[in-house]
Amino acid sequence: MINNVKNYIQSLFLWELLKGLQLTGRYLFKRKITVQYPEEKTPQSHRFRGLHALRRYPNGEERCIACKLCEAVCPAVAITIESEPRDDGSRRTTRYDIDLTKCIFCGFCEESCPVDSIVETRIFEYHGENRDDLLMTKQKLLEVGDAVEAQIAEDRARDAFYR
Amino acid sequence: MLEIIYQFISDQVLSPITALIVPSDYQAHALIVLQTVIKILSVLVPVLVTVAYFTYVERKVIGFIQGRIGPNRVGFFGFSLWGLGQPIADAVKLIVKEIVIPTGSNRFLFVIAPVLSLAPSVAAWAVIPFDDTKVIADINASLLYVLALTSLAVYGIIIAGWASNSKYAFLGAMRSAAQIVSYEIAMGFALIGVLIAAGSLNLGDIVNAQSGSVVHWFWLPLFPLYIIYFISGVAETNRAPFDVAEGESEIVAGFHVEYGGMAFSVFFMAEYANMILVAVLSAILFCGGWLSPVQGIPVLEDLFAWVPPILWLLAKTSFFMFLFLWLRATFPRYRYDQIMRLGWKVFIPLTIVWVIVVSALVVTNVPPWFD
Repeated sequence: MINNVKNYIQSLFLWELLKGLQLTGRYLFKRKITVQYPEEKTPQSHRFRGLHALRRYPNGEERCIACKLCEAVCPAVAITIESEPRDDGSRRTTRYDIDLTKCIFCGFCEESCPVDSIVETRIFEYHGENRDDLLMTKQKLLEVGDAVEAQIAEDRARDAFYR
Repeated sequence: MLEIIYQFISDQVLSPITALIVPSDYQAHALIVLQTVIKILSVLVPVLVTVAYFTYVERKVIGFIQGRIGPNRVGFFGFSLWGLGQPIADAVKLIVKEIVIPTGSNRFLFVIAPVLSLAPSVAAWAVIPFDDTKVIADINASLLYVLALTSLAVYGIIIAGWASNSKYAFLGAMRSAAQIVSYEIAMGFALIGVLIAAGSLNLGDIVNAQSGSVVHWFWLPLFPLYIIYFISGVAETNRAPFDVAEGESEIVAGFHVEYGGMAFSVFFMAEYANMILVAVLSAILFCGGWLSPVQGIPVLEDLFAWVPPILWLLAKTSFFMFLFLWLRATFPRYRYDQIMRLGWKVFIPLTIVWVIVVSALVVTNVPPWFD
């Protein structure tokens, strides 16, 4: 009974509403946490999974040995590999395609690779103006790898302890 | 200052023009028409600019309350200026957009509905006194005129909902009609309280009846009516937390789902013009309009004597406009039955009781308000 009266009077004088207004009023003057994107960026993990790349050994030889483990493990069936023995007898890919429109960036290809050839880089700001732009061929993947090899190597080194 | 500019335009621009163009028999009438047009423009243009920038302020304030910074990119001449160009960019975008008229709609009503909702909220500004002398039409029943015009705005919404031939639009229109009718009553009673206290229907006289000091303003003796008037005003303008007519999470956008481009933006302008109108009326009816809040305080009164009265009115109006945004950023939408309960079972009884209390106060000449 007393509680009912108390509740009634509180709701009549908009008590809860005023408390709500007080709270939002305080937030009006709080520090704003917006990250203004092109100028400011959020920090990235060294395990960030962005655009793919194919790596090379320091002597320029491509790492991929066409074992097709990545193709097998890929849950989105985004990877297509064809291979042939090269003139020197080593086993190499003749085709290595990743369809980015299918890829879910799970990182399984990277995990499965026995020679650390296919990796995911920190690059996430890319776009394609038609579907062909989002089909990463072997050529394009190797170019990405050549461009950011330093960063890739550093990230692998930082993570080596946990592997 | 404003008077000088007006006099200058009237004497140096309008008089020569009428003397040149109009036959001498009608010159006096033509001059009055032109002067009135100038007066109307001098109110309408600032109101519409305020409407545009109110949308910007709304996004900024709500952003700040949510820990964001709001629009800050669009500026002028390569400078971002905290995003001050945003409303203009929005306006340009809406103007160049195509207006789609649905096949099943009633074309005439569909097109006329936005106009019907904007026109009353703009026309109501005719009787708003900005100062002892600055008012376009100093009519003796201006409070009644304002009440009549703000009630008319619901027709635009109902017609828009019906003419769209869409379920969502129609639901929005029905909700809006029921809500506005309910809150109109509470609002009317709140205004009756003001009317009894001031003894006049003229907005200028109502403000003058409040002169004295802050405690002489009507917000104190009419406190419940003041709160109820403002909340009803929020409900009348279909603003959060009473925005069931739009209810974007339930019925998409309510009565204006089918509208796009400029037709949509006219509804938008009507809503914001209504908000500003409710804010300015709250300031005039309950917070002493253009009267200075330091009136009657010995030292401060002289200190603030240089402030033109219109600035006090604008400051009070800005406060109420801010309150609209603050409420929107704070409260979730009312459930429909709660809205009806609040309107019919809380506000109307409260206002009726307080109208009686005010009558008693007036009859017994209670100081400091009614002596």
